[in-house]
Amino acid sequence: MTTATASRYAAEYQTIASSLPGQSLPWLQQLRREALEQFSAQGFPSPREEEWRYTNVSAIEKKLFTPSLTLTAGYIDAEWVKIHQLDEAWSVVLVNGHFSAELSVLTDLPEAVLVMSMAEALASHSDKVENYLGKAAPHKEHGFIAFNAAWFSDGLFVHVPAKLVLDRPIQLLNLVSDSDAIATTRNIIIAEEMAEIKVIEMFIGTDCAYLTTAVTEVFVEKNANVTLHKMQSESDKAYHFGGCYIKQARDSRFTHHNFAFGGLLARCDIHVDLDHASECELNGLYLGAKRQHIDNHTRITHLKPHGISRELYKGVLDDRARGVFQGRVIVAEDAQKTDSQMNNRNLLLSNDAEADTKPQLEIYADDVKCAHGVTVGQLDEKSIFYLQSRCVNEETARNMLTFAFANEMVDKINIKSFHDKVLEQVLLRFPQEGVNKEWL
Amino acid sequence: MLQIKDLHVSVGDKAILKGINLEIKPGEIHAIMGPNGSGKSTLSHILSGKSGYTVTGGSVTYQGKDLLDMAPEIRAREGVFLAFQYPVEIPGVSNIYLLKAALNSIRKHQGQSEVDAMDFLTLVKDKVRLLEMDEKFLYRAVNEGFSGGEKKRNEILQMAILEPKLCIMDETDSGLDIDALKIVSEGVNSLRSADRSFVMVTHYQRLLDYIKPDFVHVLAHGQIVKSGGAELALELEEKGYSWVEVDQAAA
Repeated sequence: MTTATASRYAAEYQTIASSLPGQSLPWLQQLRREALEQFSAQGFPSPREEEWRYTNVSAIEKKLFTPSLTLTAGYIDAEWVKIHQLDEAWSVVLVNGHFSAELSVLTDLPEAVLVMSMAEALASHSDKVENYLGKAAPHKEHGFIAFNAAWFSDGLFVHVPAKLVLDRPIQLLNLVSDSDAIATTRNIIIAEEMAEIKVIEMFIGTDCAYLTTAVTEVFVEKNANVTLHKMQSESDKAYHFGGCYIKQARDSRFTHHNFAFGGLLARCDIHVDLDHASECELNGLYLGAKRQHIDNHTRITHLKPHGISRELYKGVLDDRARGVFQGRVIVAEDAQKTDSQMNNRNLLLSNDAEADTKPQLEIYADDVKCAHGVTVGQLDEKSIFYLQSRCVNEETARNMLTFAFANEMVDKINIKSFHDKVLEQVLLRFPQEGVNKEWL
Repeated sequence: MLQIKDLHVSVGDKAILKGINLEIKPGEIHAIMGPNGSGKSTLSHILSGKSGYTVTGGSVTYQGKDLLDMAPEIRAREGVFLAFQYPVEIPGVSNIYLLKAALNSIRKHQGQSEVDAMDFLTLVKDKVRLLEMDEKFLYRAVNEGFSGGEKKRNEILQMAILEPKLCIMDETDSGLDIDALKIVSEGVNSLRSADRSFVMVTHYQRLLDYIKPDFVHVLAHGQIVKSGGAELALELEEKGYSWVEVDQAAA
């Protein structure tokens, strides 16, 4: 992106700067200033950068996205919001990047658990926020994180004290209802020692063009367990950048289920740092159709010995859609006995669809077990014939196999209400005969 | 049931079957034996409708209809069943779902209503016991992670539930240990009836100890070079395939 465009965004920034949360916090003002300077100088990432080589975000240049000037969530149909709210979950609702107290459901939270909007956390627990903000996602990493640090208008803050196991999931519902809006949100999730939590991020928008940039930082302390889910069903005209940056302490567990369905151009970063004997599992499913461009960038860094990482990303690409998977696994010199597996499997349903996949292993230790595998292809003809010989017609067989390929990832979700929401979205993509929930 | 007349089949430019003649009447069991590369598997594939083969001459008539004109799924609905040499794994589709979908397409094809859910479960569980399988197999993905023997048993389970008229068994015995072979054979024998026919394609004579054929045909170089009763299999076992191949060369 040209710096001229960056300057345009930076000039626009001045119109909202004074209304962003945390005005009275010098450390935050300092952080925002630095981030803005960096963004003004560099702009959004360009394909010249290795980690962005398959994804060109210059289209954001041509659009005139503008942050909402009002500090309120604005009008939104409450019934429409309820459709997307999960049963049995605490729910934080952000509309166009602003917290909506009336739509959120935060009753009956256990004492000592903090689940609140980022703006509120900055007002009431600023010392806690200061300790974590930018620690897992430094704004020097790339332009979107810098942009996010400077612009963020609200977000989710979760702090769960040691040994506490939260039995209900926390849902973060990001809604965008305004055309040409920018929704910039920043989230922090902290699970203290031996705490266990499940968090679900959902992104939904009305049928218009807008820009979402959401950055989530997750801190999984010693022996704690965090499961994070993300379902991105943005409007098919929207631009989405969502980054999730995780720092895992010794013996901790982290699982990510990442579903990328929407957006005209969507990029998701998932970067995990693993300490001694910590484990992470990254699962992903991307479904692209029409002219969608969906990019998932994962980076797992094994810093200490005995870490375990498992990664499986699957993509189904139709029409002229393009799917990008970049998976980097870095094993530091100190990270002996690392056990890492990475897989990316792509199904191309049309001749014009494209999958770019780039697994990268960088191993500096000498006693490790690392494997990776990649496939890009069509449905297996042997499987189609087998189903045909069992009375299923060819078209139904193809639909069955495609759905089954995707459904394997849906089936890994353990939260019933969220599982059903994701399945609903997947079924929307497979309206054909032969696709049936009964299969598994 | 099935008439194969002067059937010629090629893959690309290579002729594989060079004039096969075979008539199978209801209730009969025919064993097709032959050395590797003789065209045995091609014959079972062409009967079940696998793509990649070109019929260059002859005809196959099944119950008065042109079999070669039907799509694979239509053949299956008309009662032709292929038990695969290498059953395919289908992750994400459960065994029981496929069985139900298959049975219902056959019923629909015959103008019948869908099978009642309870009746279906009773039927399936009966057959599972017959083949000494664990009920858990029903809820697992089709053939995924099954051992070789489990896959072959699963093929016979499908056959038992779909009740085909013509069963084509492609090397069902290869890769089976003796216990699994006995179970599979008992399953097949329990399905024998006056109106159901079997074509057993096999390389080994051992299977025929357990399932006694009415006729044995020896396939070599794309032609049936010798036909006879069950005793022919024993003779083959004793003398080896070179015996018939030499015979053919002499003729």
